[in-house]
Amino acid sequence: MAKTTPVKRAVRSLVWLLVILGVLVGVNALQALIDGGPKAIIAGQTWVPKLGLDLEGGTEIILQPVVAKGQSAPTADQLNQAVSIIRERVNASGLSETEISTQGSQNVVVSIPGVPSQSTINSIEESAKLEFRAVLETDAASTSSVGSASATPSASDFSTLPATPSTKPTNASDLAYVTPRLAAEFAAFTCDQVTTENTAAADPKKPLITCDDTSTYKYILGPAEVSGEDISDANAGLVTTSQGTSTGQWAVNIIFNSKGTSEFATVTTRLNALTGALNQFAIVLDGRIISAPTTNAVITDGKPQITGSFTQTTAQALANQLKYGSLPISFKVQSNNTITATLGATQLQAGLLAGLIGLILVVLYSLLQYRSLASITIFSLVVAAAITYLVLLFLGQRNGVRLSLASIAGLIVAIGITADSFIVYFERIRDELRDGRPLETAVEAGWGRAIRTILASDAVNFLAAAILYIVAVGNVKGFALTLGITTLVDLVVVTLFTHPMLQVIAQRPFFYEGHRFSGLDPKALGAIYRGRAQFRTPALAGAKKGAAGEAARRQTIAERKAAELNGPTKPGPTKPTPTKGKDS
Amino acid sequence: MASFSQFGNDLYTGKRSYNIVGSRRIWWIVSGVLLLIVIVGTALHGGFAFGIEFRGGSQFQISAAKNLSQTFAGNTVKAVVPSTQPVVTIVGANDVRIQTDQLTTKQSVAVTDALAKAYNVKQTQVANSFIGATWGADITRQAITGLVAFLVLVAIAMSLYFRTWKMSAAALIALAHDLIITAGVYGLLHIEITPAAVIGFLTILGYSLYDTVVVFDKIRENTSEDGDQSRRTFGESVNLAVNQTLVRSINTSVVAILPVAGILFIGAILLGAGTLQDISLALFIGIIVSTYSTIFIAAPLYATFRSGEDRIKKRDKRALAARESSVAGTSVAAVPAAK
Repeated sequence: MAKTTPVKRAVRSLVWLLVILGVLVGVNALQALIDGGPKAIIAGQTWVPKLGLDLEGGTEIILQPVVAKGQSAPTADQLNQAVSIIRERVNASGLSETEISTQGSQNVVVSIPGVPSQSTINSIEESAKLEFRAVLETDAASTSSVGSASATPSASDFSTLPATPSTKPTNASDLAYVTPRLAAEFAAFTCDQVTTENTAAADPKKPLITCDDTSTYKYILGPAEVSGEDISDANAGLVTTSQGTSTGQWAVNIIFNSKGTSEFATVTTRLNALTGALNQFAIVLDGRIISAPTTNAVITDGKPQITGSFTQTTAQALANQLKYGSLPISFKVQSNNTITATLGATQLQAGLLAGLIGLILVVLYSLLQYRSLASITIFSLVVAAAITYLVLLFLGQRNGVRLSLASIAGLIVAIGITADSFIVYFERIRDELRDGRPLETAVEAGWGRAIRTILASDAVNFLAAAILYIVAVGNVKGFALTLGITTLVDLVVVTLFTHPMLQVIAQRPFFYEGHRFSGLDPKALGAIYRGRAQFRTPALAGAKKGAAGEAARRQTIAERKAAELNGPTKPGPTKPTPTKGKDS
Repeated sequence: MASFSQFGNDLYTGKRSYNIVGSRRIWWIVSGVLLLIVIVGTALHGGFAFGIEFRGGSQFQISAAKNLSQTFAGNTVKAVVPSTQPVVTIVGANDVRIQTDQLTTKQSVAVTDALAKAYNVKQTQVANSFIGATWGADITRQAITGLVAFLVLVAIAMSLYFRTWKMSAAALIALAHDLIITAGVYGLLHIEITPAAVIGFLTILGYSLYDTVVVFDKIRENTSEDGDQSRRTFGESVNLAVNQTLVRSINTSVVAILPVAGILFIGAILLGAGTLQDISLALFIGIIVSTYSTIFIAAPLYATFRSGEDRIKKRDKRALAARESSVAGTSVAAVPAAK
């Protein structure tokens, strides 16, 4: 029986669809298991998507700039730059619904939906100032102080010692910077004195005493020479030899902008000629050294590579600090508060209710247009909704994707765009029926033509979504994600559900005999006029779809029929005759 | 609904045909007038009205408030400045924060007074400050970069798929038409543009191209299958394709617009203005304009772009000549076929 082949294929597709649904439920359950243990799998909140700032509220962190004594307050430009860097940093951790803005003339406000994790708060609080400074002197640090008196020396202890260099330093590595007072302070310095309060606001024009991030060594550093703002990119990668093979060693690659390139070339030219501690430079983040590499070469192309005992994780962390750490000003957290939703439950309910009413109207309209065929549309939409829901759920759990009211509205609108695939497909089948094909062949031929159109148009939508997702930030990124998901889901549903279901129902007498409520009644579609259609030769019915010759024959039939109805005088029925078209 | 199926049949066979390509000038004039109205209308208002998310605004924070109702706070501010849409948030345990459009100093003082009175607190407990834009220039810049990249790539992709750049050009002109009219309605009626509305515009960007590609795919099919020996002119082939997809266009736009209309009208009755209205208004206008522009702007434009080509000229000439002779000589043959 020739009938079984499309049905077999249909069943296979439907099984695949079930597999996809099963996998989606599975990954969600698995993620819940990893995050919250076995209990979390049945917990209600696991199966509800996370909501955005406007619907759920969240946490608001107000950051206040830390300004060194004598320095002027940050300019509006600096503040805007800081906002943009913090936004990038927050987006790197996957929270696209976070809002960041300035408040008053000084503060930056970060609003995060829900209850953010400590690591998220840290990534914002680590709003750091990054500098490159030459090392002047280094010593093993004593974290626990020896003797109680010298444990926390106050600056006044050394105030009698001269603080101005005896000779004017000629460059940032000049040891003339180490005045007797600085040397005394350095000797008494312990790493627990390194706090954001003390060092973040350090004057970039003066030397600085600080420790590395493990508090193993303390350093005297020269004035800042290259600012972190001049890093245009930083990434972690494996070191490759000149032959292009990997050494398996992790490194951090920095790319400077033109200003940074020339400044860094000056620094390395000088340091490369020096030895010992003076050969080192320190990368200082908020006054604490995150890395103090030695200089092996003069770097003039602005693309230094830092190697050492990095693991992939530590290399990546340093690269991120270099890339996103370069704020023009330092901040401290002024307040950290929970905030309520601005829209709240009534808005969400009203939106969902309105969407539901819209959906019922869609169902009614489909029933009018496609009779019982509409049930396929409705079930396809239900399947699409289920897949979209599960995907958003998973992304919410894993990547912190949240739904704002705008994205929920976008999802409701996607119903129309998804339903279009079915409409394109059904109309193609009807066109084939009009040409006198039996339903089974009409379904296959209509599918061949429809899928081309669906693929082309979905490709446009997906392209839009992909590019906006990569380039854009903030709300736009969230929108792009929903658009991309709904487009992909549309393709999955139309190929794995709508088409197989039609293949199956094409075998039902109700449909292939063209019951008048089937939506596929050839009589209603005008195919009956050509009595010979039912007896069409198999060669013609099975002719390759889209073949130009076959299409020409079809058009001839259509035209002949039209000519029949129009009367004998008009052989060209589509000849532009506007009055005729509008009157009839 | 038999009559609607009949309508579809007639469009498919060509019995009923709307001569859209032939009467293109009328539609272009209609669109030109629409564009002119929205552009002049927007200009008369001095450009678009952007929401506080773009421009920043004023913020009032009442510390240690006893009444934490968001509606109460909103109404208090609206009583003083009726034109603004206050956004109310409860911060921490008992602080009420209200954000509004940028107010004048006089208005700010009035609002502070009203709030202090309404909440029965000292004026010093009502902090007033300026709040910056959450949708900063950097977001706009990134979004525009993305748009430009998308338009370039989509133009190339469509040119490759349809094997002619003229379809890309026609589709992009229709897209510009749709976006200008959709955004222009906001400018004309001076409706505030919020991030939700911008997301609505972006959705229309996708929808407009999507709709055009569906119809263009049928045009491509018809014009290539008709070939050089067709009895139809190129314009007639395009017109037939538009007519054959007309039922699809109507069904799709109705199905797309119903949920949007649901949100727009039902939401408006239940809630009044808000995020839902901002996005659904853009979509409501955009879907209608996109469907219109695909049929009445993009398809005729494409036919016009191609009409200058030698091959098309030759084909049209042959088709018209064949028609002349068939009217004169072979009409007899058509009569028996009809009987």
